[in-house]
Order: sequence, then C-alpha cells, then structure tokens
Amino acid sequence: MSFDSWHDFLYMGGHYPFVWSSYAIGVLGIVITLVRPLRARRRFFAEQAQQLRRQSNASQVNSQSNNSSKNAEKASASGSS
Amino acid sequence: MNALKRLWHRLGSPRWFYEISGPWAVGALIIGLVGIAVGLVWGLAIAPPDYLQGNSFRIMYLHVPFAILSQSCYITMGLAGAVLLIWRMKLADMVVAAAAPIGVVFCSVALLTGSIWGRPTWGTWWVWDARTTSTLVLLFLYFGVIALRQAIPREETAGRAAAILAVVGVIDIPIIKYSVDWWLTLHQTSTFKLTSAPSMPPEMYLPLLVGVLGFYAFFFGVLLFAVGNEVLVRERRTQWVGDLVRSRAS
Repeated sequence: MSFDSWHDFLYMGGHYPFVWSSYAIGVLGIVITLVRPLRARRRFFAEQAQQLRRQSNASQVNSQSNNSSKNAEKASASGSS
Repeated sequence: MNALKRLWHRLGSPRWFYEISGPWAVGALIIGLVGIAVGLVWGLAIAPPDYLQGNSFRIMYLHVPFAILSQSCYITMGLAGAVLLIWRMKLADMVVAAAAPIGVVFCSVALLTGSIWGRPTWGTWWVWDARTTSTLVLLFLYFGVIALRQAIPREETAGRAAAILAVVGVIDIPIIKYSVDWWLTLHQTSTFKLTSAPSMPPEMYLPLLVGVLGFYAFFFGVLLFAVGNEVLVRERRTQWVGDLVRSRAS
C-alpha cells in the first residue's frame, strides 16, 4: 500500500481533483464503450421481435378479413339464389 | 497456411463470424475487465508515488492505455479499410463501422485525461505541441469516418469512402508515435520501448503493463461484439437472423 489512511488515499497528496476527475472520466469511457453495443443488441432483438409480431398480426387480420369477405360473398350468393 | 486460408474464406460469411465470435467476445471482455480493474487499483493505491510528480502521475494508468488503444483501434480500422478496398470483404466494412465509435471514446478519454494531467505537471490544460495536436487530429479522423458513412446514402459507396479515409489517416499514427522524438515537445517520450528496458521501476510499470493488456482484451471483445451487431443489422432479412429473433422472442 502506498497510503497510510483512507484520507491520504482520497487526498492524493493534494492532487485529488486531477487524479479523481481523470479516473471518473476513464471509468465513464469504459462503461460507455461496454454498454453501447450491449444496448444496441438488445434494441435490435426487441425491434425485430416487435416487427415479427406486427407481421403475424397483420397476416392474421388479413386472413380474417379475407374469410369474412368470403363469407359475405357466400351469404350474398346464397341470398340471391 | 491452409488453416489460415480456410479462415480467410470463412470470414466471407458474416453468419459464420457471428456464431463463432460470440464466446470469444464474452471471454475477452471478462479477461479485459479483470485486467483493467487490477491495473487501475494497483496503480491507484499500491504503486509508489513519483518522486517529482507526486500522486498526479497515477493518471498515467488511465491515460496511457487509452492513448495506446486509440491508436491501435485506428490501425485496426485502417487495416480493415485496406481489406475492404482490396478484397471487397463485407466483414471488413463492418469492422470499420464498429471500430470508429469505440475510437472516438478512447481518443476523447486520452485527450481529456492528458489535459487534466497537464494542469498540475506542465501548468497548462492544453498545448499545441506535436503529440497533443496529432492526437486531436486522430479524434477528427474518427469523426470523419463516422460522418462519411452517414453522409453517403448508398451503403457500398459510403463504406468505400470511409475506408479510404481510414487508410489515408493511418499516416497520423507514426506522426503521433514519433512526434516526441522528432520535435522538442512538452510531452515525455514513451515509457515502453521494444528495444530497451522501461524507464520506470517494476512496481510502477507492472500495473501499467497489466492495464494495457487488459485494455487490449477489452477492446478485442467489444469490437467482436459490435461487429456482431453490424452482422445482425445487415442480415436482418435473412432466414437465419429471423430464426434467431424467433428463438429469442419465444
């Protein structure tokens, strides 16, 4: 250990504003570098999954509306006969 | 040689890269973060103070790895740019795209911590001397690569333009490296040289060495992961990415 007490460690021989602000910036840099791609990947999968749901909903709605229009056609066809 | 050739051919398949790079990225990230933590705590609390600078020299344990990595990141980007221009490998374009934002953060931290270190040591926040100026140019080169990619709508043209800038910009790296030897500057010369022993005692340079190696592993892991993201985005309409999304969603 290079320091005798916590106070000595935090005080850094009077250089604490420089040392600690540097370390804060450095740790922030590491965190940003790490978190940015992790969040990008999560966002990608979330967006793609949402799009997938939307597509399957849309195809369901389509097939339903197709069915109902077919039914209506049938009904009108049977009504006219 | 044959194994190398096979690897080269496989790199042509983004899907293969995505699948193989996942575990490597996680392993490198864990090793890197441990190395960085050990290096920083060791340098901050255990290494002896400098006889001239006192405790402000501890900024070195952050500043030097970030500065080294901001240059290594640029060299990686330049090499990838050359591969794209010569062989038109899609994966190389993704490496350029993934490396540039990492470089911006590394280079910014190197400049900021250098500036903070300069205040108690040189008595000034900033000097326009050779090394600081050429490092600032490096930051602008990173911004330039990102801006070019975004400014050109056609993906292939944008990739080639960014690759050309990345390759040409590599000229800045030897300028940064040798600036302290070529010109009389405030910035001190390198601590580590391949040709001679370090100019510091082991209890000072060992934590730095551990930190630098940790930063390299960290960079490697982040880069692999970020390239994996690029693969996913560009292949999002393919069957295999669709299957991946479905298996994740369920």
